[in-house]
Amino acid sequence: MAEAFFFIAAIGAIAGAIGVIRLDSPFYSVLSLVVHLISLAALFLLLRAEFVAAAQVVVYAGAVMVLYVFVVAYVGGAEPMRRPYAPGLRGLSVVFAAVIAVELWIALLGTGLKAVDTEGAGFDPNPPEGQATFGTPEAIGDALLTKFLLPFELASLLLLVAAVGAVVLARRRRGAGIEDPSEVGVLSVVDALRPEGTGTMREAVSGLPPVEQRELEPAKPSEPEGGW
Amino acid sequence: MSIAWYLAVSALIFAIGAGGVMVKRNPLVILLCLELMLNAANLALIAFSRMHGTDDGQVFALIVMVVAACEVTVGLGIIVAMYRRRVPVDVDELRELQG
Amino acid sequence: MTSVKTFAWLTLLFPLAGCIVNALGYRVLRGKLPGYVGTGVLFASFVSAVLMLFALQDLGEEERHVRAVAWDYMSTVGFDGELALLIDPLSTFMTVTITGVSALIHLYSVAYMGGDRGYARFFSYLNFFVFSMLLLILAGNFLFLIVGWAFVGAASYLLISFWFRRDTATAAGIKAFVINVLGDVGLVLGTFFIFKGTGTLDYLATFEKAGEIAQGDVTAGCILLLVGAFAKSAQIPLHTWLADAMEGPTPVSALIHAATMVTAGVYLIARMWPLFEQSSSAAAVGAIVGCLTLFVSATIGLVVTDLKRIIAYSTMSQIGYMIMAVSSGAYVAGIFHFYTHAFFKALLFMAAGSVIAAMAGVQDIDKMRGFRGAMPFTFGCFVVGGLSLAGVPPFAGFFSKDEVLAYVADRGDWHVALVVVGYVTAFITALYTFRLIFRVFFGEPSPEARELEEGHLHHADVPRNPVTGDEEDTDVGFPGPEHHIAEREGPMKVAMGLLALAAIVAGWLQIPNVTHALEEFLHPTFAESRYFEELHPSDGLTFGGMAIGALAAIGGIALAYLIWMRRPEIAVRMRERFRPLHTLFVNKWYADEALDRLFVRPAQWFGRFAQQTFERIVVDGLFVGGPAGLVRAGSAAVRSRQSGFLRAYAALMLLGLAGVVLWLLLSS
Repeated sequence: MAEAFFFIAAIGAIAGAIGVIRLDSPFYSVLSLVVHLISLAALFLLLRAEFVAAAQVVVYAGAVMVLYVFVVAYVGGAEPMRRPYAPGLRGLSVVFAAVIAVELWIALLGTGLKAVDTEGAGFDPNPPEGQATFGTPEAIGDALLTKFLLPFELASLLLLVAAVGAVVLARRRRGAGIEDPSEVGVLSVVDALRPEGTGTMREAVSGLPPVEQRELEPAKPSEPEGGW
Repeated sequence: MSIAWYLAVSALIFAIGAGGVMVKRNPLVILLCLELMLNAANLALIAFSRMHGTDDGQVFALIVMVVAACEVTVGLGIIVAMYRRRVPVDVDELRELQG
Repeated sequence: MTSVKTFAWLTLLFPLAGCIVNALGYRVLRGKLPGYVGTGVLFASFVSAVLMLFALQDLGEEERHVRAVAWDYMSTVGFDGELALLIDPLSTFMTVTITGVSALIHLYSVAYMGGDRGYARFFSYLNFFVFSMLLLILAGNFLFLIVGWAFVGAASYLLISFWFRRDTATAAGIKAFVINVLGDVGLVLGTFFIFKGTGTLDYLATFEKAGEIAQGDVTAGCILLLVGAFAKSAQIPLHTWLADAMEGPTPVSALIHAATMVTAGVYLIARMWPLFEQSSSAAAVGAIVGCLTLFVSATIGLVVTDLKRIIAYSTMSQIGYMIMAVSSGAYVAGIFHFYTHAFFKALLFMAAGSVIAAMAGVQDIDKMRGFRGAMPFTFGCFVVGGLSLAGVPPFAGFFSKDEVLAYVADRGDWHVALVVVGYVTAFITALYTFRLIFRVFFGEPSPEARELEEGHLHHADVPRNPVTGDEEDTDVGFPGPEHHIAEREGPMKVAMGLLALAAIVAGWLQIPNVTHALEEFLHPTFAESRYFEELHPSDGLTFGGMAIGALAAIGGIALAYLIWMRRPEIAVRMRERFRPLHTLFVNKWYADEALDRLFVRPAQWFGRFAQQTFERIVVDGLFVGGPAGLVRAGSAAVRSRQSGFLRAYAALMLLGLAGVVLWLLLSS
């Protein structure tokens, strides 16, 4: 029975992964990833990691992917793209990916660890007093607050940083084209002092106008011999 | 199913994600492939956690999820900013860090 | 012992002090003061040298090799370089002679160089030269011999190019210096060979071990030392610089190129007698080259028309005699001839300087006639010097030259041929000497002589280079506006008078069978020499030689009188009849041209090749451009990887990952 579930989940995961890279529209890719994530949650359950499976569905497939859907809806999808810059890279990428897959298989499956061939350590649904069952929220919470306290705190700090980053990125500056002129009043005096530009880091650092508006200097021909 | 099967699936998904990162040109899809790779790693972690019988791998996987969430936040923020500034949303066109 | 050392150091350091005082204080010392300083220190040095001689004589015969060590200059394992002087009869005698003659020449220069803008510089250089020469003579090991040798070459260069704005003078200075450097190389390489054989640089230690050096080493070393000696003493083939060195002021010619520097080679061979006696081939080379030089330069002196150059060639010739003597084992004779030659040659140059001053710088004897009435004192000095040079008894040159020839003849076998050439050349010497005297001082007075008789010293309107005729001025770097002749300047008269006296009586030190002063004095130095003991010309040889010598001299004078006083047309006819020979002599046997073809042109070609081809293509292109080009290409290659192309970066990263995993797999 478990084998059947495993295969269904595994095939779902792989199919989702392939779908992400093969489907044209980014929107479809996102949906494919959601399928992949849910299959992965199933796999986690099969491995008795209850809490992680739940977290995967709720947080990952739920929150993160919804965020993705919003962005894809805003940005739009499959615009016709110009000719790729390096056509040979496609074939090469397939080769590299295949190489990585093969190497990882060899590494993971050819390992001398005997335990890989088993179904893992024994599972005790009724552990002795003071110990939580493997994979339950109780156990995870216990670990997070005792053994892994520091990573836990640092992870929360990381979340803070990400939140601040998102706010900074979302700010509007005076750009080459402001969608809504009525929003000009939102800007402050400091914005008025900033030079015109599209707000890239490059402009902020060098003070140069954006790329489309500036003629790049043609490269100087290399000097002839002599003049060392 | 022995642990080995899960590991094999994890490796395959990782490779698929890596190939996607190299091949796709839309930064959104590249980020999605990055998610694939992170998930593959998570799967492997959980598998090994099962193998050892401790919860360490699962905690690790949780933290990885947190990191993935942060990274997606910031990455998507950049993509939105790019779109808003009329910069082409195509990784091949963004080549100003050259030379 | 201590007083000997003290006097030796004083003798050496007085001229150095004079040089430094003049060099540093040239702004402060006004008028003739630099001259007095320079001359004063030389007189002090002379006195000190004489005292050194007396102190040396106080020591017993066995002890007359005093080593005065100042400090260890560089002594390491197997190498000893101390600042050491060797004070023995040979070096003492030469020191006394040199300081004496130098002091008189300094006195002469005090007046002669008056009015020259570089007056203090002149005396500074002159003192430096005397210091260097004394260092060379007094050095107690090869290291300081080489140092003194090089300093003397440098001083010669500075003094020849003294009038540095004159192109001919600077060219002559360079020529002299380059040829001297060749000699230096020979000297140093010779020292290497000797050092290889003995393991020590010190003279006394080397001479003790002279017998142990391998024959090949000692011959090679001696021949290389001879190269050094020939360059310094202007022997063939390194002689071309001496004639051009007459571009320097007359006192310089008198001091350096007559009495002292050019005799350094003679000193070298005499000092190194233990080594030369080990290598008969090297000694033979020295003797033959000396003989060749004395003959060739005499023939050139017969036809040249520049006053100073005639005297220069006679110097070359007389030094040939000295070299021949010391190479053949007649050490005392050679040193004796050096001693007398110093006096009469310096005297001749001084007198020549007086004549040139009367001519306002012109040196061509075709323009000089009849100065006898105008310059009687100069004339007298010239005659004394000329008689001594020609070898007329009882003047000094007669005794020394005949002693040289007698002793060399006593060597026997092929040396007799050299002696025959020596006597023939003595005849030629007398001939050209009195050619010079009769042409310059006799006959209808030239315009300059007439002016002088009326009491007015001739001055050219525009100062000119005597050789090329280019216009000059009288500012620093060119001769001064004043000309000083002996008749009017006291110092010049005193100096020349003393030298004339010496040219007459100096020879009486070694009258055969009567006095042996020099031989006895020099005995401790040459005590163990084979030739010193062996060579004793019989009375017949001695007196016969003296007779032949006197006849040759008087015959030469008579012939000169006949030709240039009585029948000048003979000279013209001879020139016509022997035109090829005359051309050969006038062109100095084409030595300059030969050296130019053999060495100068290939060197110039090589320099051009090195600069245009090798430097440009190989060094700049390959050695410098190669690595630079590699770096540029490399960085261009690396730069091209920075495409800004994200997917390429991703691909490379994954490739790297794959590589690492592969390596980990393989290594486990």
